[in-house]
Amino acid sequence: MSFPKTPGTGTPPMPSRRLFVQGVAAGGVVAGLAATGLSPRAFAAAGPGLVGALQVLSSQDVQLSIGESLANFTGRTRPAITVNGSLPAPILRWREGQTVSIRVANTLQGHPTSIHWHGLLLPANMDGVPGLSFNGIAPGEAYQYRFTLKQSGTYWYHSHSMFQEQAGLYGALIIDPLEPAPYHFDREHVILLSDWTDMDPGALFRRMKKLAEYDNYYKRTLPDFLRDVRRDGWAAATADRGMWGRMRMTPTDISDINAHTYTYLLNGTAPAGNWTGLFRSGEKVLLRFINGGSMTYFDVRIPGLKMTVVAADGQYIHPVSIDEFRIAPAETFDVIVEPSGQDAYTIFCQDMGRTGHAAGTLAVRHGLQAPIPERDARPLLTMSDMGHDMGHASNAMAGHDMKGMEGGCGASMGHGAHGADPKAPRHPASETGNPLVDMQSMATEPKLDDPGIGLRDNGRDVLTYGAMRSLFDDPDGREPGREVELHLTGHMEKFSWSFDGIPFASAEPLRLNYGERMRIVLVNDTMMQHPIHLHGVWSDLENADGEFHLRKHTIDMPPGTRRTYRVRADALGRWAYHCHLLYHMEAGMMREVRIEE
Amino acid sequence: MSRSPLTATSALSTALLLALSAPAWAQSHAGHATTPTAATADAPPADDGNVDHSQMDHSTMDHGTTDHSQMDHSKMDHAAMGHGVPKAPAPTAPLEPIPAVTAADRLAAFPPIDHGAMEHAPEIHSMLLLNRLEHWDGQHGTGQAWEASGWVGGNINRLWLRSEGERSDGRTESADLEVMYGRSVSPWWDVLVGVKQDFRPADSRTWAAFGIQGLAPYKFETSATAYVGESGQFAATVEVEYELLLTNRLILQPLVEASFSAKDEPEYGNGSGLNKVEAGLRLRYEFSRRFAPYIGISHERLFGDTADYHEAAGERARDTRWVAGVRVWF
Repeated sequence: MSFPKTPGTGTPPMPSRRLFVQGVAAGGVVAGLAATGLSPRAFAAAGPGLVGALQVLSSQDVQLSIGESLANFTGRTRPAITVNGSLPAPILRWREGQTVSIRVANTLQGHPTSIHWHGLLLPANMDGVPGLSFNGIAPGEAYQYRFTLKQSGTYWYHSHSMFQEQAGLYGALIIDPLEPAPYHFDREHVILLSDWTDMDPGALFRRMKKLAEYDNYYKRTLPDFLRDVRRDGWAAATADRGMWGRMRMTPTDISDINAHTYTYLLNGTAPAGNWTGLFRSGEKVLLRFINGGSMTYFDVRIPGLKMTVVAADGQYIHPVSIDEFRIAPAETFDVIVEPSGQDAYTIFCQDMGRTGHAAGTLAVRHGLQAPIPERDARPLLTMSDMGHDMGHASNAMAGHDMKGMEGGCGASMGHGAHGADPKAPRHPASETGNPLVDMQSMATEPKLDDPGIGLRDNGRDVLTYGAMRSLFDDPDGREPGREVELHLTGHMEKFSWSFDGIPFASAEPLRLNYGERMRIVLVNDTMMQHPIHLHGVWSDLENADGEFHLRKHTIDMPPGTRRTYRVRADALGRWAYHCHLLYHMEAGMMREVRIEE
Repeated sequence: MSRSPLTATSALSTALLLALSAPAWAQSHAGHATTPTAATADAPPADDGNVDHSQMDHSTMDHGTTDHSQMDHSKMDHAAMGHGVPKAPAPTAPLEPIPAVTAADRLAAFPPIDHGAMEHAPEIHSMLLLNRLEHWDGQHGTGQAWEASGWVGGNINRLWLRSEGERSDGRTESADLEVMYGRSVSPWWDVLVGVKQDFRPADSRTWAAFGIQGLAPYKFETSATAYVGESGQFAATVEVEYELLLTNRLILQPLVEASFSAKDEPEYGNGSGLNKVEAGLRLRYEFSRRFAPYIGISHERLFGDTADYHEAAGERARDTRWVAGVRVWF
């Protein structure tokens, strides 16, 4: 695939900022490239009248063709990678217990491809990770996937090859349950969120390696400092700047890539396209939210409507009524709303860094739109967010804190001194003196009841992991027989990411014994948030007391957290285990988990 | 709560599970039935982080002695409590049996895979920064100057190129190029070893170069390099740069550069000790991250014998210059 010259290299004719953020109304796939040989009718979905009308494939025998198409979301026509000419890929809709066959053909020029069925329990050779599950799908070839659906719920599928997911290769996957769901609804819509860039995703990765802070146009300035001096006094303002300065970090680093690069999509539609899902007043509408974004956390709300969350990552939970939720890349939430009294409601999905939004409308008929809210104020990371709040007010500790900072939060700190602090994690030796580890947490907690950065005390009921609880007891029941602790590590400026300071390329597989019940302890030693996904088996999140709490396939790890989950190693094979921020994974935050007899 | 995901997962291996899952169901439902949401001793002993709660046998706790009056029930999240009292000890066998592995399972789990089947993002990257490319207008002349650096390599090991030079009234007064191997020795510091070639002034000279560079606390871009010349001359340069954000695009860049020599070298116009200090203040506007024109002021001062040598040659020991240029990177 050859991308034209990328934007952002000087001053090419860029779309206006507004157009870039809002996108174009009739955006989407505009044409298949001649080379793909796909018929033009495959692109009918992009017509203005049909925005959001995604193809649904529900046969047990499905043919998917991965190819290159042209798409236009910003006023510029750019290459995209599509499935059957569609971005997002068609919705796959099956039924629990079915055995499905999917033939995936690769029509890309010169690039292998793959499809991973995110969150599905299946044999390792059906998991779609080149190099672990299979050899990938070479250009001009096809791979026959075949597996039995052992679960129900809202899932998704995406490429696991290089940056193809960023280029558009993602779609919803819905499995209807054999038994009726424990809740009622009259109608449903899939809401697939994603982030689109006009850049070649590979060039975007190279840009991150050169200047990771490229998109951070929100750093604190001299006028901000003067304002803080007036507000908080000289001592407090300088102490704060000093703390961050010693760490060589900036509290506005909420996300690596934001709306300066991305246009956010809802069901493949930019905000200006106003994707619309219909309802009749009084109906219970099930919204299946999927975050197919490569690098974007979305904070979702529908002003005027309470949302009842009934499933997370495809699995039923005790219903929780909320106003807003944060969805990490790869997570799915099923939400029921009961719109009535208004003809239109905005589904508002701002990015975590508050730089842009995806949006769509729930309406009684097409052509309506409700007001789009202002984005919230941009949050600043605090020392507590960073796992640096020791929870002690004494000067001695504050002094120690500072001393730690002076070490650049690096591995040279004497952690022995923290031995008495229950929140002080023990760091792996591989982090010590490691140039790829720019920070270590000094105080971590599960923070399961924390709505997260930018969502605290915002006057709305915000979903937390603590508030979600599986509708069932621990299906395995055993106590974990052993514990493996892994630390999420990275270097912001080098844009290097890893577990325990060891990038994927030099890491040994994590070996599990077939049949064992074990516990994974994750500690976030970075200032970024990471959704961690283990293929092949469930990640059963534990509550603060170490008990089974919530079954998931992707565990979100905000900075400063230590979270634990149980894994039942009942799937033989080699599985990918990684951060689902695509560029973090490609920069090394990945391991192989090998489940062997 | 009548439904359990066991229905979903029990389709694993139908024949095997049909026989075994019945008791599992029964247990599972029994668990549901006895799960009260009443508050229990939710005041665990001060968690020292080492307690493995999973190893605790909650059923043996004496809940009767817990002083409930001390509890703040209003802050409890009852929904989050999954544990009831008394809790049965965790089973040693999985409620949902682990399927027996068949030959077909093994084949599917570990298919033959080609080396290189997994594509990896490139690990070698590169960057070229023209930090200063400027025209200057001083009290005693005009000219051009540049300072550039570039690297190619991975996260730890990089090849560095650095170049600095100055033209005055149409003549190249100084120009050098450094080629160095750099290795990250800590998150913020690289150690560099290589050579520097002076093309001007006078005859070109080659130096062995040793240095460190990195980001000092408070985000000062810092580099310090020592040079050993063929003649046994020893020289050093220290440079510190900072970025002060007036806005996120309007950036003031103060910098200080000082150079030293160990030996007196009149033929090169260098005295021993501190030779030269240059202090600059450049204000740039980042139209994009990659392209930023700037204006600024730079003051240069020669010291000691160095100043004398230059003054003897009809040059001035001090100069203040206006500069205008661009900062670009690729």
